[in-house]
Amino acid sequence: MFAYIVRRLGMMLVILFGASFMSYNLEAYSSDPLAELQQSTAPNKQYLIDRLTRELMLDVPPPLRFFIWLKGIVSGLWGQFDLGMTRDQHSVAEYIGAAIPTTFRLVIGSTVLAIVLGITIGMVTAIRQYSRFDYSMTFVSFLMFSLPIFWVAVLLKEYFAIQFNDFLVDPHVTPPFLLFFSLLSALIWAGIIGGDRRRFFTVFGAVAIGTAILIEVLSLTSWFISPGLGIVVVAVFAGGISVAITHLSVGLDDKKSLYASLITAGIVVALYYPLQWVMSADASLLTVIGIFALILAIGAAVGYLISKIDRRAIMRTAMITGFLSMVPVVIDRFMQEFNAYYASDAINGRPIPTMGQANQLLSPEQQANFWINSLDGFTHVFLPTVALTLISFAGYVRFSRGSLLEVLNMDYIRTARAKGLTERTVIVRHALRNAMLPLTTILVNDFAGVIGGAIITESIFGWKGMGSLFNQAIGSYDLNLFMGVFIMTAFLTVFANLVSDLLYGVMDPRIRIRK
Amino acid sequence: MAKKIKQIEKTVEKNENEISLRETEGLSQGQIILRRFVRHRAAMISLFTLLAIIIFTYTASGLHLGSEKSPITTPGWWPHSITEIDVNSAVSNLCENGIPGCPTLDILPAFIDGTGMNIGEHPFGQDSLGTDYLALVTRGAEQSIMVMLVVGLLGVLIGTTIGAIAGFYGGWVDAILMRLTDLFLVTPTLIIGAVIGFRFGNLGVFPLAAMLGLFSWMGLARFVRTEFLTLREREFVDAARVAGASNARIIFKHILPNAIGIIIVAGTLLLSGAILTETALSYLGFGVQSPDVSLGTLISHYQDTFTVSPWLFWWPGFFIISIALCINFIGDGLRDAFDPRQKRRISKKEREQAKAVLKAGV
Repeated sequence: MFAYIVRRLGMMLVILFGASFMSYNLEAYSSDPLAELQQSTAPNKQYLIDRLTRELMLDVPPPLRFFIWLKGIVSGLWGQFDLGMTRDQHSVAEYIGAAIPTTFRLVIGSTVLAIVLGITIGMVTAIRQYSRFDYSMTFVSFLMFSLPIFWVAVLLKEYFAIQFNDFLVDPHVTPPFLLFFSLLSALIWAGIIGGDRRRFFTVFGAVAIGTAILIEVLSLTSWFISPGLGIVVVAVFAGGISVAITHLSVGLDDKKSLYASLITAGIVVALYYPLQWVMSADASLLTVIGIFALILAIGAAVGYLISKIDRRAIMRTAMITGFLSMVPVVIDRFMQEFNAYYASDAINGRPIPTMGQANQLLSPEQQANFWINSLDGFTHVFLPTVALTLISFAGYVRFSRGSLLEVLNMDYIRTARAKGLTERTVIVRHALRNAMLPLTTILVNDFAGVIGGAIITESIFGWKGMGSLFNQAIGSYDLNLFMGVFIMTAFLTVFANLVSDLLYGVMDPRIRIRK
Repeated sequence: MAKKIKQIEKTVEKNENEISLRETEGLSQGQIILRRFVRHRAAMISLFTLLAIIIFTYTASGLHLGSEKSPITTPGWWPHSITEIDVNSAVSNLCENGIPGCPTLDILPAFIDGTGMNIGEHPFGQDSLGTDYLALVTRGAEQSIMVMLVVGLLGVLIGTTIGAIAGFYGGWVDAILMRLTDLFLVTPTLIIGAVIGFRFGNLGVFPLAAMLGLFSWMGLARFVRTEFLTLREREFVDAARVAGASNARIIFKHILPNAIGIIIVAGTLLLSGAILTETALSYLGFGVQSPDVSLGTLISHYQDTFTVSPWLFWWPGFFIISIALCINFIGDGLRDAFDPRQKRRISKKEREQAKAVLKAGV
């Protein structure tokens, strides 16, 4: 195992060396930085040319210049890591250090959302293969596959930002939209639940009427400009989550599990008012993390106390329930701040921006307030997240559907059914877990790829992350900056590849790492 | 009664198997695959739509090959060109909000909106200078399709060659070729594309497409290699070798035909990826350079006018999406057709018919 990792690391270095050599030369020969000066009529033309040549070391041919750059990387071995200077005399490492968190903030939400949505929908379509839902999701995912992100972005800016902000001026949903949303959600739910024609129409009608009433009530109470959930909705969510999680995780027949997660959900609801006091204006990210850690501990304790046998499964169910039920409580806290944010001078009633990564006009005390500051972050990341999610979720849908279908055709699934296990156990315990295995590899790789791959998204939404650095580097013939961005993304990709291979070996006992 | 129903169901199942068996009787593998593909409705619709789009765009504005300096062009049937500026006609065609260059296309018949179906002088409208938008869009689509086809062809050729050699010979040949593949894979596509576009974008579309093609074979090479690795261990390869076949003969006559399914499917994915990459590069300004147009540059050029003249934004997007969507569906159909485990689903009608026949018999 150790020898294998060492060999892979060695291989990684060779690939990184080769790829960076190739990219350096490609970029170096891609344009001529002196061309503009040679055209100029300035009296000190020769001086300018000489100076630029000296600055960029243009008298050294690119293949050799590469090694000068490489020296900075290699000297990282004895602690003097040096990515060089950009053409405007800033440290490349500093630029990249500032860009990585931005890119990370941009892609983390969409990646998580795309994975969760994509895998869930993919699994449902596989279980309901050849159903209406399956066909329509296949069509939708193919459509998403074919969407250029820059095209989607323009549409999102128009409909989700500009027109949504216009809507907030007089937040009343007009009848055509009411009809559209109700029918859409009814179609989706009826499709997922499935069943014969009668059941389809029952679900369809119930959901359509329910959604219509919900939207109408929300409009009438101007919920859209002063949103909030309140303890009642939080309690409903917590109850629903505990039943759903128990059902998926161990089955509702397991009374101990059900009680444990219901008790944990009850504790979350009971903590609602005390937590309002904890989540005060001078709370920080640590507070939120602390709250989630607390509820996980409570869930574990409840599970431990209530169970005698099968302790791990019961504790796990209670912990997941606690964690998920806490999410509405925290969301509710953010929602309470929305009206103040919406009405403040910096926002002026147009909360969803089309460009930028933070509102510069917020007052210092607003920026110091964790809730308002995060809310500002959310509104800015909203459009890029939707765009990236739409584009990338199709891949997960197709992949998880294919993966689960393949597993469902295996002999051991037939064996599991034949020995009388319930359909839930067969799917959740036997099929899902095995279907998830190949997914882990693409998850790790995608995440690394997305760090360097958000070039278009960043340029459309005006974010200053890795993609825009890269754009800037190419546009201004800035080799050091270009190579800095490149080596980071390349390293992440290669490293993720190694991690996913090792992870796969750990999770799937059938895979043996060759010595 | 219950026994009888069970009996019927059993016979129905047997008959269904017979239906599918009888269908493939006496047909070669290629014919079976072709039949399965033709029966895939979405794929067939997509195939014809794609062909229609290609024929439409390539005949409308004529062929444009060669570089900027020595263009080779053929005339098209569409009367307007992308260099023509006609402000007068744009001004005479005002939209309801007073924006000039409104599309004259009207596909709603008279009984719905009062005006009859009409193509008009400028069906896709005109841009702010009065250039005919149909000319611009067909020209852009032409370029994008060409890039897509060249990239796909080169990617499939190089990918298949490298994957086949690596998978068949194994050992150090495999190791070197696969590290080479990794090396290309590590570099993000857009980074390579941007550098290429920056250098070759102004030489015309063909060199740009060729260079993009040189950097897009990696995924396919991996697929083909895996397929070759498993196929070369099969008995029929041993049999061919014992019979004295050369390596080249084994590769081309025995293994390649078995791997053709995976090559075609991965190739279609490559195609739909290529059109998105090309438009994205052009959008960022690294791809096709002005005065030439591509669907990406059209969108990037007109996206700011979306609120006032949305048609300038919708049409290029519509073409990109329809082309990519068609290719994805064709790929899906091909995958199903090449999958040997794929059984045709017996339609409800056939099932009912079989049952009715049996019931009458019982």
